Amino acid sequence: MKKLVLFIPLVVVLGMGVFLYKGLFLNPQQLDSALEGKPIPAFQLEVLEKSGETVTNETLKGKVGLLNVWATWCPSCKYEHPFLMTLARKNILPIYGINYRDDRPLAIRELSREGNPYAINIYDHDGRLGLDLGVYGAPESFLIDHKGIIRYRYAGPIDSRVWKETLYPMVQQLQAEAAKDGAS
Amino acid sequence: MIKSLMKGFSALVLLLSMASIVNATPVDTYEFKSVDNQKRALSLAHSLRCPQCQNQNLIDSNSPVAQDLRLEVYQMVDEGKGDDEIVEFMTSRYGEFVLYKPRMEAKTYVLWLGPIALLLFGGVIGFFFIRKQRIADANNQELSSEEQQELDRLLKRDAK
Repeated sequence: MKKLVLFIPLVVVLGMGVFLYKGLFLNPQQLDSALEGKPIPAFQLEVLEKSGETVTNETLKGKVGLLNVWATWCPSCKYEHPFLMTLARKNILPIYGINYRDDRPLAIRELSREGNPYAINIYDHDGRLGLDLGVYGAPESFLIDHKGIIRYRYAGPIDSRVWKETLYPMVQQLQAEAAKDGAS
Repeated sequence: MIKSLMKGFSALVLLLSMASIVNATPVDTYEFKSVDNQKRALSLAHSLRCPQCQNQNLIDSNSPVAQDLRLEVYQMVDEGKGDDEIVEFMTSRYGEFVLYKPRMEAKTYVLWLGPIALLLFGGVIGFFFIRKQRIADANNQELSSEEQQELDRLLKRDAK
């Protein structure tokens, strides 16, 4: 018994070692979103391509969708763009764009040149919607369910690996939930 | 000699005062409604972390997000909103992460109380350890009969 007591410090140190070693491989940029489980913040903004036409948070309800924050000034968005094009062609779910703190003509030109994967593009010129979504950089993506609740946030560019391993399983689950509720 | 010293001194004073101005004013020009508001807003922005450049607070950081959030904090202070309300605004968007000082909650008890518990634990161990040693020392002071004989022999030898 007395000898066992002597091993306590060793066990404690080993435990701390394992704990700290794991910490080395955490990505500090991967923050939990405070908004998961909460509805999309209320907003009323113009459509990127048509000034005068407005989109609200109500517009995005009804379908499981992917909300993608992008801008022309963001290099990672350019990296992500081809994958979004492929994804849009597969017709799995609508992709809604949030054009974040950008210049309208520039953004429109970029889309006409590179292709437009977005079902709706929301023009968030002063970044107010981005702020309400807790966006701290682009690209960032949010999975929303058919009730307009944010279910998952992904910071960084989506590629086929992220899609296959993380997002698609969640999309399938959310679409199954939606089907159960009788929505599409 | 004195004149040049004076010159040097005033230059130093000027430099220092400039340095303190640089230190006190954040990069943006924002007109606060009152000095009290300014003080409160700045101390609040100091206590919030920038979500982009994670080891800087909102005042230090120059990232677009930090600029936005800083402005948001200033405006909310000028609107007369309380500190709690502003902190709530930030955490509901960016998560607990933006707080440099985590809140006391069930999930942060380990963080807050852990060090105290460890200190107490170490103190208790130390106390028993030292007490045990003292008792052992006290018991060891009496010599056995063999040791006494040996001592007598040595003393006798040295006395010769």
